[in-house]
Amino acid sequence: MKKFISLALCLALMVGCMAGCGSKGNNTSATSASPAASASATAIKIGGTGPLSGAAAIYGTAAKNGAKIAVDEINAMGESIQFDLKYEDDEHDAEKAVNAYNTLKDWGMQISLGSVTSKPCEATSALTYEDRIFALTPSASSTAVTEGKDNQFQMCFSDPNQGTASAQYISDQKLGTKIAVIYKNDDVYSKGIYDKFASKAKELGLNIVSATTFTDDSQTDFTVQLSEAQKAGADLLFLPMYYQPASLILSQAKSMNYAPKFFGVDGMDGILTMEGFDASLAEGVMLLTPFNADSTDEKTQSFVKKYKELYNETPNQFAADAYDCVYALYSACKIAGITSDMDASSICDKMVATFTDANFKFDGLTGTGVTWDKTGAVSKTPKGMVIKNGAYAGM
Amino acid sequence: MNFLFYVISGISLGSIYAIIALGYTMVYGIAKMLNFAHGDVIMVGAYISFCATSYWGMSPFMSVIVSMLVCTVLGVVIERLAYRPLRQATSLAVLITAIGVSYLLENLALLIWTSNPKVFTSIVGTGSVKLFGGQMSITTVTLVTIAVCVAIMIGLTLFTSKTKMGKAMRAVSEDKGAAQLMGINVDTTISVTFAIGSGLAAVAGVLLCSAYPTLTPMTGFMPGIKAFTAAVFGGIGSVPGAMIGGILLGIIEIFGKAYISTQLSDAIVFAVLIIVLLVKPTGLLGKPINEKV
Repeated sequence: MKKFISLALCLALMVGCMAGCGSKGNNTSATSASPAASASATAIKIGGTGPLSGAAAIYGTAAKNGAKIAVDEINAMGESIQFDLKYEDDEHDAEKAVNAYNTLKDWGMQISLGSVTSKPCEATSALTYEDRIFALTPSASSTAVTEGKDNQFQMCFSDPNQGTASAQYISDQKLGTKIAVIYKNDDVYSKGIYDKFASKAKELGLNIVSATTFTDDSQTDFTVQLSEAQKAGADLLFLPMYYQPASLILSQAKSMNYAPKFFGVDGMDGILTMEGFDASLAEGVMLLTPFNADSTDEKTQSFVKKYKELYNETPNQFAADAYDCVYALYSACKIAGITSDMDASSICDKMVATFTDANFKFDGLTGTGVTWDKTGAVSKTPKGMVIKNGAYAGM
Repeated sequence: MNFLFYVISGISLGSIYAIIALGYTMVYGIAKMLNFAHGDVIMVGAYISFCATSYWGMSPFMSVIVSMLVCTVLGVVIERLAYRPLRQATSLAVLITAIGVSYLLENLALLIWTSNPKVFTSIVGTGSVKLFGGQMSITTVTLVTIAVCVAIMIGLTLFTSKTKMGKAMRAVSEDKGAAQLMGINVDTTISVTFAIGSGLAAVAGVLLCSAYPTLTPMTGFMPGIKAFTAAVFGGIGSVPGAMIGGILLGIIEIFGKAYISTQLSDAIVFAVLIIVLLVKPTGLLGKPINEKV
């Protein structure tokens, strides 16, 4: 009898798990199937990978949603260029990104949106280079993504640019005289920004009084790092990291009664959408981001409105970058005369030529008159934002 | 002054390790198995408490009770489904199963609560007590954690030495076969052990997230590993050892960061662990087990 009960429980658990997995599978196939159904048979196939689940899912989901809005808009125009969009989950993991990329290749992807985050994109960009598929990543900012690859382009500014731009901005606006930095030592993104920031800061004569680190394993307690910064008398704390550890730093600094100016980078974007986050902690936090959801610009407003209607939250910079990616591809396809019956490698050659053409300028949500150089890096100026009353405001 | 500040930070961090380590050490002491899923039960406990306060409108105190109940049931179910069938298997097989359960819980949490981090509202408020005329402060979360740790430690010690079930637990821990011959129901005893261990995990989860408020499906993993280290450090199986081990581990971690290097803090923690185990293989308060022939 007992054996029977435990067997039955076992079965129930297994069925439960399968039901869980099954429903998840259904969801993804449903969402990816619907554009295929709406787009005509002659649509150009665009694929991308991003973390749709896992710790970085907020970025992947935002990028996917942003790209989806752009694709739907373009398809609704009913012109000759139609897109068919498919996003695969990579869980912010390089190996899974390769699998996701292979799935997309089997599907017949003609143009790639790369990967959303840097580590997976380093892996997939090597494959798009080998397979001669044109790739434009919305947000993978590491330089390793584009290095030595002629057909890999970025929509966001690269890590070194963020580091130097942050130092430049702090110096120009005279935001602080004594600067402390806390960065994540085991993360290319954080370390990359810090290195460039430090060298630029030296050049500009900014005084870095304390630089402390943490890792994935020790990102709970920051009292030591904060007290060092406080002891050194830092009046500005630079946080080149993602928003999750940053939120802990903000709350621990508050409980220590340490209130310097906080300056973040694009990874800080998303801190306000954390469920249960006390927005007053982030009051006055500055960050450099190319996108401002409160902008009065007509294009931005319509995008934000659509995004809010569909997904019930304010779009972040990742959504805007992905939206811009699709439109950049759209205008390049128009100029280069790309049609859906071309194969990926001939599309790739034409797109590379178009993107590196000095006359190709793109106006989007995240910048106007945007151009790309031969390395694949984008020319954009980051905008300084400050969090006021729980929302971004321009500085 | 700085030294004192770091001691207080160390105790704050260490008290969290200690409370998690209590559950680890209790299950190990009695069932003689490493329940690697303990860290993830903590995460589930924190999520339940989060849901209870944010979605179901319960008071913080009620949310802890609900989360303890859910975790107790979860612990018993895990034991019944995953560990009991392996009672006669090698300890390695049980260990691997425990790791499997840990992944299962993490991924189920991903499906249910998604990966978007949630910010946990401290159930004991965010106040702090000022010391030395306002120069130092110690948060109420830390004080509550230490008080709860001590209470649990005393409670567990009394329970295992005075009650019938507690005595049965000690008997099972020494020799399962002999205990069964004496008329002790081994399965029930181990189930109760898991129930208590998991109930404690819920309390630990709530306190962990009150101190460090971001909550994701991975929240329990790293503190779980550190607490396991603390339990080994203090002598696994020893309840007071877990408490001392946890607090010492927290202090060593903070001192390592403050006086040596922020980059090396984890390396220092584990180096100390290795040294302690070399000098005293059973941990600080562990009792050597005499094999009777």
